[in-house]
Amino acid sequence: MPIMKNVAGFICAVLVASFATASLAQEPIKVGAFLSITGGASFLGDPQAKTLKLYVDKINASGGVLGRKLQLITYDSQGDARQAVTFVRRLIEDDKVDFIIGGSTTGETMAVVPMVESAGLPFFSMAGASVVVEPPKKWVFKTPGSDRMAVDRIFGDMAKRGLKNVGLIAGSGGFDQSCRAEAKGLTGRHGITLVADETYAPTDTDMTPQFTRINGAKAQAILSCGFGAATVITVRNYKQLGLSAPFYFTHGVASQQFVDGSGGAAEGVRVTVSAILVADDLPADDKQRDVVMSYAKEYKAAFNERPSAFGGFAYDALQMTIAAIKRAGAMDKAKVRDEIEKTKDFVGIDGVFNLSAADHMGLTAEAFKLTEIKGGEWKLLQ
Amino acid sequence: MRPAAHTGQIAALAGFAGLLIAIPFLAPNAYFLDIATKTWINAIVCVGLNLLVGYAGQISLGHAAFFALGGYASAILGVRFNVPPVLAMLCGGCLVALLAYVIGRTMLHLRGHYLAMATLGFGAIVAIILNRELALTGGPDGMAVGPFQIAGYALPNAMSGYVLSAVGLLVAVRMAITLINSRAGRALRAINDSEIAAATLGIEVARFKVKVFVISAVFASVAGSIFAHADRFITPIEANFLRSVEFVAMVVIGGLGSVTGAIIGAIIFTILPQVFAHFEELRHFFTGALLIGIMAFMPQGVAPTLIALWCQRIAPRIFTNKADYAAP
Amino acid sequence: MSDLAQFLFSGLTRGSIYGLVGIGFALIYRSSHVINFAQGEFVMVGGMATVFLLAAGLPLPVAALGAIIVATLIGIAVQVLVIQRMRKPSTLSIIIVTVGVSMLLRGGAEALLGRQFFSMKGFSGDAPIPFLGAKLTPQSLWIFAGLILTTVAMSLFFRRTMLGKSILATSSNRLAARLVGIDVSLVLAICFALSAALGALAGLLTTPVTLTQYDVGIALGMKGFCAAILGGLTNPFGAVVGGLILGFAEALSGGYISSAYQDAVAFILIIGMLLVRPNGLFAGPAADRV
Repeated sequence: MPIMKNVAGFICAVLVASFATASLAQEPIKVGAFLSITGGASFLGDPQAKTLKLYVDKINASGGVLGRKLQLITYDSQGDARQAVTFVRRLIEDDKVDFIIGGSTTGETMAVVPMVESAGLPFFSMAGASVVVEPPKKWVFKTPGSDRMAVDRIFGDMAKRGLKNVGLIAGSGGFDQSCRAEAKGLTGRHGITLVADETYAPTDTDMTPQFTRINGAKAQAILSCGFGAATVITVRNYKQLGLSAPFYFTHGVASQQFVDGSGGAAEGVRVTVSAILVADDLPADDKQRDVVMSYAKEYKAAFNERPSAFGGFAYDALQMTIAAIKRAGAMDKAKVRDEIEKTKDFVGIDGVFNLSAADHMGLTAEAFKLTEIKGGEWKLLQ
Repeated sequence: MRPAAHTGQIAALAGFAGLLIAIPFLAPNAYFLDIATKTWINAIVCVGLNLLVGYAGQISLGHAAFFALGGYASAILGVRFNVPPVLAMLCGGCLVALLAYVIGRTMLHLRGHYLAMATLGFGAIVAIILNRELALTGGPDGMAVGPFQIAGYALPNAMSGYVLSAVGLLVAVRMAITLINSRAGRALRAINDSEIAAATLGIEVARFKVKVFVISAVFASVAGSIFAHADRFITPIEANFLRSVEFVAMVVIGGLGSVTGAIIGAIIFTILPQVFAHFEELRHFFTGALLIGIMAFMPQGVAPTLIALWCQRIAPRIFTNKADYAAP
Repeated sequence: MSDLAQFLFSGLTRGSIYGLVGIGFALIYRSSHVINFAQGEFVMVGGMATVFLLAAGLPLPVAALGAIIVATLIGIAVQVLVIQRMRKPSTLSIIIVTVGVSMLLRGGAEALLGRQFFSMKGFSGDAPIPFLGAKLTPQSLWIFAGLILTTVAMSLFFRRTMLGKSILATSSNRLAARLVGIDVSLVLAICFALSAALGALAGLLTTPVTLTQYDVGIALGMKGFCAAILGGLTNPFGAVVGGLILGFAEALSGGYISSAYQDAVAFILIIGMLLVRPNGLFAGPAADRV
């Protein structure tokens, strides 16, 4: 009978439509990540990968974003620009991700920038050098405070203490050399003179010759640009030689591993760190306190390791993008990008972010806290 | 008198060219095309390295240095001195040829492990220089490279890299075949068998060794230039010892002394990391296990073993006419 | 003057580390003409295993012994299951296989123990010892002592024990050794085991200075290899001297010339050595069958 056919047809149409919308709603938002999980920069990429996995799972467990689950696709680019290019191409062309978080090192980030720009999807880099966002590129953002800010803070402190003759020691890796370049550029601003400029290879086992030269040049303070296991060796060598010039590090050593590994040799060393390492010392009204403490607790519970600032870079990138997606109302690449650019007062692990069209990083020097290691703990200096 | 190539080889080359042309149409997206590009770039290096290692029986654990130098020549000359890409590639090749000549003259009298170490040392020094000279090379973070253009005309990015690498590979294979079939090729094989015997036959051993070393270095240099333009970026990691070992492993695993083997080795080693990409912690473990497994079970290399398998076991079963063996 | 003393001590520390690692290379090469690119990983196993056994609560000597045993078993496994199975071992194929073994061991350590770095306390504390105007760490002395003891022990082993002489015989002419009743495969397995044990010893002695991580073997192996080449691949005693020369050269060039190219020193030295005296400082001229 015709009316039965119409009803049947109507029911079918409703069923089909609801399945269609249901499956559309089920289609996940794809998050692409390329990180230096192994290789020379695993110190950065390993906690970043863990952080992303932890928080993507958490977000999915609480319902996803705009009713859609997140699907995380991670590749290990091993600190190698060639692998980064291949994997980003894979993420864009084959996995068809909606946005990318990655590039633990500057080399890897800069290598993929042209591809990201021509493909047109938001990309949050976790590299330290200023060149990533200076000049700003349309689709490229970054979460870590730049090494220029860290060095600026340190030089400021040195100048305040009247330490004008500074010895510099840096590893030969990208992070270290970028920091070193910034240091050489910032000397004029603070009236600092670099009396020594030493290098070591990341796989070196003994840096006493370099420190002997720095000492011989009568350095009043020493700045070390480095990260990874070699920094532990440098601080031990410094202690071994009994040097008295105050020793400063940038955030490359901002992890508990550095303090524990140095076994007491790091006492008195001053480091620019992000809030996560001094969470307990933050005043109760500090905006970052809650975010940082809950991240630290969750990371420790999940992985049984102390959290590092580097994992925090990934947390900030993910949360800022998610917030932007929610504000945009849909996973539309261009709209999300615009919303990311409008991020204001976002309280993250690395600082409080205020982005704009001219500033795709959004942090000020306030993001870096100057600390001194006392009793194996990070003590905030005011 | 001196066949530049046998008919069978020409046919195989034509077939291979056909495959190379077909791939852009078969590739589902630009990622697969990129993998193919990287494969052919590695294959160019391997074909050259195979001449040195497979035919002439020498060792080089520093060939990535030539690759990187070619890439950096294209990068530096192009970006800092505005030299057109083709000219930069040629300059890179010439510089590398000169360097390889000097290195070859000084080192190739060494044998076996000693030659391995000497080439390793050379490669490591080049890698360190590329890493430290910030002003020239951009240091450890590398430098961006311009697109490959001929007279201002360039193909869209992924295709540009592919066409370059495919053309480069065809040229490389043709040159390799020509060399192998020539008198020089036979001299190389004689040297491989026994240097002393070759010398007593009047072959100028040192001259041939240096010649093939230079040729293989230039192959690597051109491949490096193509790579620099394909990825539009280059870092000092390209000169790494581990990269050199990868190239040697490709040649050995594919099959020493076989141009096909060199290409197959490049294919295996470029595709494998992509296949293993989602294995997380066990990736290195599996790659190592695979290397060991192939060397243990296919010591001649994949290509010769498979060809032997085909010729000795499978083809006879397919192509034998049972009637020929009927009882009289 | 005190600067020079400090550079020399730095050279002594590094040189001892390189020498300890290099002995293992030389030992394996001497017995089976194999360049073992996985030697650095034995050092890594020694360090990592010791750290973990210490963390499990074992006292240092027990942990050290445990680490050495673990490494020895791995060494035996490599020789028996991998190298011995190879039907046509050429220089190149052995290089590739041992590279594969090193990746396997690295990957295994990465999967089992993670990617962070680990440290260990010095055996007798970390308080620097002043000497001749320079400051030395106690662990450097332990490393140097380990080096001397190992060299002496090996020398006695090769000259006085039956097993040592069998190893020398095997390396000299494998067929003849078989003919006089030496079990060649057993001897080769023992050599690998010994080399692995020495690598592990190097690892646990040096970890308080170098720290340990799943990929620490790559760089240490490379430097140890350079040390062995300098001393002549066939001579373990030469590896020790080669290591010390390398260490001093690095420290002095870093101290007096420039620290920027310090890690190139090793490679410049070996290229120089290979061009001038390819067989190293301590091996005699080599003869090849024509």
